[in-house]
Amino acid sequence: MIYIKYLNMHIKSLSQYRASLWMMIAGQFFISFFAFAGIYLLFERFGSIDGWTFGEVALCFAVVQTAFAITECFARGFDMFQRMIINGDFDRVLLRPRSTLSQVLGSDFELSRVGRLAQSIFTLWLAASWLETSWSVAKIITLIFMIFSGIFIFTGIFILGATVCFFTVQGLEIINIFTYGGREIAAYPLTIYSKWIMRFFTFIIPFACFNYMPLMFLVGKAGGNDALYMLTPLLGMLFILPCIFVWRFGVRRYLSTGN
Amino acid sequence: MITLANISKTFNVARRAKGAGAAFKSLFRREYNYIKALDGISFHIGEGEIVGYIGPNGAGKSTSIKVMSGILVPDGGECEILGYTPWKDRRKFVGNIGVVFGQRTQLWWDVPIADSFDLLRDIYAIPADAYKRSLDMLADALDLGAFINTPLRQVSLGQRMRAEIAASLLHNPKILFLDEPTIGLDAVSKLAVRQFIKTINAERKLTVILTTHDMNDIEALTNRVILIGKGRILHDGSMAKIKHKFDSYRTLTVTFAPHDAPVHIANADIISWGCERAVYRLDISRTNISAALASLGSELNILDMISESPPVEEIIAGLYKEHGI
Repeated sequence: MIYIKYLNMHIKSLSQYRASLWMMIAGQFFISFFAFAGIYLLFERFGSIDGWTFGEVALCFAVVQTAFAITECFARGFDMFQRMIINGDFDRVLLRPRSTLSQVLGSDFELSRVGRLAQSIFTLWLAASWLETSWSVAKIITLIFMIFSGIFIFTGIFILGATVCFFTVQGLEIINIFTYGGREIAAYPLTIYSKWIMRFFTFIIPFACFNYMPLMFLVGKAGGNDALYMLTPLLGMLFILPCIFVWRFGVRRYLSTGN
Repeated sequence: MITLANISKTFNVARRAKGAGAAFKSLFRREYNYIKALDGISFHIGEGEIVGYIGPNGAGKSTSIKVMSGILVPDGGECEILGYTPWKDRRKFVGNIGVVFGQRTQLWWDVPIADSFDLLRDIYAIPADAYKRSLDMLADALDLGAFINTPLRQVSLGQRMRAEIAASLLHNPKILFLDEPTIGLDAVSKLAVRQFIKTINAERKLTVILTTHDMNDIEALTNRVILIGKGRILHDGSMAKIKHKFDSYRTLTVTFAPHDAPVHIANADIISWGCERAVYRLDISRTNISAALASLGSELNILDMISESPPVEEIIAGLYKEHGI
């Protein structure tokens, strides 16, 4: 697959700057470590939030962090897409006999997010052991679904953000509400927020699909709807389809207006 | 092979007034200027031709290259290249063309050039043996051997341009678009690039479309020039024809035995006068060399003389001026 070849090139490029890479990885590790410490201190003070225990929230947080770190690592090309439009590199993408999505995906790779990923996986392991629930194969599969669902949804948002660049040249900061803001919001089970926020992040951007819904199954609160809650992450993945559709529309617009 | 018929394209460019107030207003309501980048372009280019595409900045050169390479959809007109409509079958079409942008790179900055080539092999899905043949030929003809395993950021501009040209030919395209391939290059590199373009054009019957501001590129490579200005084609034909059309004077430099007073002759201006050497500008629509020499010879003891046509740059500048572009 061509994407692997792109990754290979990025890793070759990065090996030219080894020291700075290690520092960035360490930095990323501590950024998310402190975010997690914040949650820990909060729970030490209040015990539980809206019926969710520390272990449950930690699991939620770890899933979102893991998914977001992986997305930032691999879908960085969409995050940095504005640069590609401004310096004209997107023309080069159009000159190659490959899909625009795969080339933009391959255009950048942020290995330093591995630091964040390492911390997230560590937290995931901690949270899973703190959780007072019995783990089963079904639950582990659901957990993996949740992470993948998160990756698909965050990637979809990054694609939407990149698509905006076709219309304004300068990307809109507003999209960061849904990427970085989304990561913060989805770190807690959505049920703790007011109704409209919960509805927005269920039906418009389906964070709920990898957040509290499957979480209820994991912690045994599903109340008989196990299969339904288990499968919600897969539904969430569908979010990427309209994003790809909008991207295609953006490319067509670019072809007719140039830059 | 390449046929354009009545291609037109208009861009809407947001109008920007001066001042913070106007800038703020433009956030809500924008006014547009409509710029006709292409205003009915038609031409035909056959297989194996080298065509020089010239015109001042903003004339529509890049826009038409973008249309021909399938990355811009025109508002109207027809374009058929190798049996494709470039912007309709983009992904199938682009495998048949190579494009070099002199001001941008398509190679990776931090990895050896050879690795960038390998990635292109994968992107274009070039079969292994065809790739090897292509690479060997290009590395040899462009003399890449000395620096092919060096990261791009460490090579000189001339080496970089040679690598760029090789990169755009690895997949053996039938048409090569060169957008200012000699910009910023030293004399030796310029010559190397020109020589290579000539060779590959002859060997592979590669069709080459070249935009440049360096008239020496044009003179060295091609007889056919398409001049574009304000989105229209102003001239399509040989360089010699343009020259002939604007060939209205000769610069005559004469060296003679010392003579103090300037000698004036009919239908000529004195550009400079020294006591042993003078430069005249001869209006050859009203006189000729022999008449000028006859009248000079009657007053001066001429030791030597040189007659020169106007330089191409000057002709082109005259052409732009005549068309008001």
